[in-house]
Amino acid sequence: MTGKMKKLKNMKKTTKSNMITYGIVIVAFLVMQILISTGNISSLLQGLMVPLCIYIILAVSLNLVVGILGELSLGHAGFMCVGAFSSAFFSKCMKDVITVAPLRFFLALLIGIAVAAVFGIIIGIPVLRLKGDYLAIVTLAFGEIIKNLVNVMFIGVDSNGFHFSTKDVMSLNMEPDGTVIMNGPQGITGTPRDATFLIGVVLILITLFIVMNLINSRDGRAIMAIRDNRIAAESIGINVTKYKLMAFTVSAALAGGAGVLYAHNLSTLTANTNNFGYNMSISILVFVVLGGIGSIRGSIIAAVILTLLPEMLRGLNDYRMLIYAIVLIIMMLFNWAPKAIEWREKYLSFGKRKKEAVK
Amino acid sequence: MAALLDVKNLGISFGGLRAVNGFDISIEKEELYGLIGPNGAGKTTVFNLLTGVYKPDTGKVLLDGQDITGKKTIDISKAGIARTFQNIRLFQKLSVLDNVKAGLHNKHHYSTIEGILRLPNYRKVEREMDEQAMELLKVFNLDQEADLTAANLPYGKQRRLEIARALATEPKLLLLDEPAAGMNPNETGELMEMIRFVRKNFHMTILLIEHDMKLVSGICERLTVLNFGEVLAQGKTTDVLNNPQVITAYLGE
Amino acid sequence: MSFISYLINGLSLGSVYAIIALGYTMVYGIAKMLNFAHGDVIMIGAYTALISMTQLGVPVLPAILIAVVVCTVLGVVIERIAYKPLRNASSSLAVLITAIGVSYLLQNIALLVFGANTQTFPSVVKWSGLSLAGGQLKISGVTIVTIAACIVIMIVLTLFVQKSKPGQAMRAVSEDRGAAQLMGINVNGTIALTFAIGSALAAVAGVLLCSAYPSLDPYTGAMPGIKAFVAAVFGGIGSISGAFVGGILLGVIEILGRAYISSQMADALVFAVLIIVLLVKPTGILGKKIQEKV
Repeated sequence: MTGKMKKLKNMKKTTKSNMITYGIVIVAFLVMQILISTGNISSLLQGLMVPLCIYIILAVSLNLVVGILGELSLGHAGFMCVGAFSSAFFSKCMKDVITVAPLRFFLALLIGIAVAAVFGIIIGIPVLRLKGDYLAIVTLAFGEIIKNLVNVMFIGVDSNGFHFSTKDVMSLNMEPDGTVIMNGPQGITGTPRDATFLIGVVLILITLFIVMNLINSRDGRAIMAIRDNRIAAESIGINVTKYKLMAFTVSAALAGGAGVLYAHNLSTLTANTNNFGYNMSISILVFVVLGGIGSIRGSIIAAVILTLLPEMLRGLNDYRMLIYAIVLIIMMLFNWAPKAIEWREKYLSFGKRKKEAVK
Repeated sequence: MAALLDVKNLGISFGGLRAVNGFDISIEKEELYGLIGPNGAGKTTVFNLLTGVYKPDTGKVLLDGQDITGKKTIDISKAGIARTFQNIRLFQKLSVLDNVKAGLHNKHHYSTIEGILRLPNYRKVEREMDEQAMELLKVFNLDQEADLTAANLPYGKQRRLEIARALATEPKLLLLDEPAAGMNPNETGELMEMIRFVRKNFHMTILLIEHDMKLVSGICERLTVLNFGEVLAQGKTTDVLNNPQVITAYLGE
Repeated sequence: MSFISYLINGLSLGSVYAIIALGYTMVYGIAKMLNFAHGDVIMIGAYTALISMTQLGVPVLPAILIAVVVCTVLGVVIERIAYKPLRNASSSLAVLITAIGVSYLLQNIALLVFGANTQTFPSVVKWSGLSLAGGQLKISGVTIVTIAACIVIMIVLTLFVQKSKPGQAMRAVSEDRGAAQLMGINVNGTIALTFAIGSALAAVAGVLLCSAYPSLDPYTGAMPGIKAFVAAVFGGIGSISGAFVGGILLGVIEILGRAYISSQMADALVFAVLIIVLLVKPTGILGKKIQEKV
């Protein structure tokens, strides 16, 4: 009986924590909306809102792999890339067929997420056999391969159907009425700009719902058990491959969703190092590390601070990446160095909070 | 009567070293059986062979008549063998309760979708898991610490939690790898009581590795002594402990 | 003839990879960490040599020496400040993420100090090279010097590790750090020495790389760094001869791929090699197997 009561209290604790996280997102959205509608916000900052949503989704989804599964993925931007290009491809083809923007975006979103999930499975099956440093470097490799492949893809459509080439537009051999959809390094132009701040926030909430509920379920427990001790997890009959793949695929699918948002926020979509390459993967990792590995709410807050701060303090923008680098090093040393942990426990009382169960 | 665990001629080599050779053991239902021997004799290797961490080169393992030789760890867990580890392997960052609930993983099911959407089945099954896990924690006197992070438990309680987690899988056979290691005489006494209690109330068959002779002679009905990877002696506890060969192996010349 | 010329270019690029891969493989073998910042030390070395030559007017060899000294100090300082405190951290990801941070830090410091513009790197080899087969096959001086430098470094380093006392200490630490400590070996000193050697080699690699491909910007080191790590894994991480074999093979694969398959896909090809190696033979060509203890 006492056990039941206790558990009820505990249930409430995680539910309460989740509610606070949803609340923070909704309140922040409302505040921004009011500021935007009263004209209190620069257009520069306003233009940052959708990218900010993208970063938050990416950070939360990466945290599922880094914090909950306990493996370092450096190819997260690759899944975003897959989601962006597959959905932009769809939207461009359907631009004149489906004229209802929200419906078109919704379908594009489903496609982007599904394709990214498929890539998550295809890449996850070989990659998840590795661990630690090797897993990190191979995810990086896959991310770069995806970016490279996108840059050599030429796709066009004419009255005869689709044409495909890896050389150039000329070798598509299209009829005069054909249009180029994907133009190699020039990417996809003319994607309808269907993404809005509201859609972005809704996607954040859906991402949070999926990730937080997954963590607090039987599957989430299995994933965290594998993180904490793979051998023990196997010994109690947990299917390690299945749950690793589940975490990896869900994370990839959500990153794909972020990619859909990205593609529909720009009229020209290209793949380069800064948006879909290694640099983006690292930036997202910085958000996750600053917010606290495994802390979903932390990822959100870190993404907001690190995106908005350099923009708001003019002149700081040149130092943005430098700041990221320093933040990354200091956070890691402070949180993980055995001496720093000792020092914290000795002199700082908030070190005690760590003793509560990590959910 | 057929034995619950029947092992014949089990063996494995690492490189040129024959770590375990011609190992036979037969354990009856609800028996408390001890596996002893000097350090490096191959006791933990036997556990690793029984639980599928290593694949044996030779021999056969029958659990309740079912052949589990060379199967994967998770299939052996499902077949009904659970274990603890010499160097404790808990899910450090999970709560004490969640450690046991992880052990219940294959006993309670709901789909991923039901979990994410928080459908009624999710609530029902989670409640059942909570109740069952709390009951187990109570047996091991850990119910007060249910919400604590496992890493923050004192050493003796971590050992107990590991046993509780293993029992959560509802095994037919429980393997305990040095359960009393690092415990003081008081804690060891308590542990002996718990092991007896588990055997009686869960109708459990237990095979344990132990160096603490007080514990071994106190609770084990039969013993197998392993030396240099081979069985040195086997039989009733008192007989084995008085066997001159065993005494020599332990005390040296 | 063009095939042979590609092959020689591949050997040259592979030699650079091999020298960089040595830094990775030694650090991985001894400190058990992936020093992600290693590629960026190359870039710092190249900038140091460039500035010494063009702005300070130092002759070529002293300029290389300055770069070697700067990189050695840099490598040791990085190890001391960023990696050493995390040596006994509970998560092995901690030091990897920190190394990524250091890599980023070096790139962005270079960006602020030297600017984002690509700079032209003067060749350090004045010799115009060989002309064979009646002028049909030209081998540049840089190519010959690079390959020769790589071979010399390999021989010297192998002798050092096999015969010298510090070299034996390195092997001991790499086998079993705890046991080495008990035997009275200065583990911290040995790890610092490993970083020093790796970083010194990175400076040499930086100068050779930029002489062969004469453009330099703050990101110059990143890609060759990652590829050299691929080479180290390919050859078998922790093995000096593995770094040599892996580096050469990877260089040849990349140049031939660029020539015969697709120039844009050359990087993808290199990464595909990594993925295949790790999936088929994770220990690499010359690596050894490690069993997990339960």
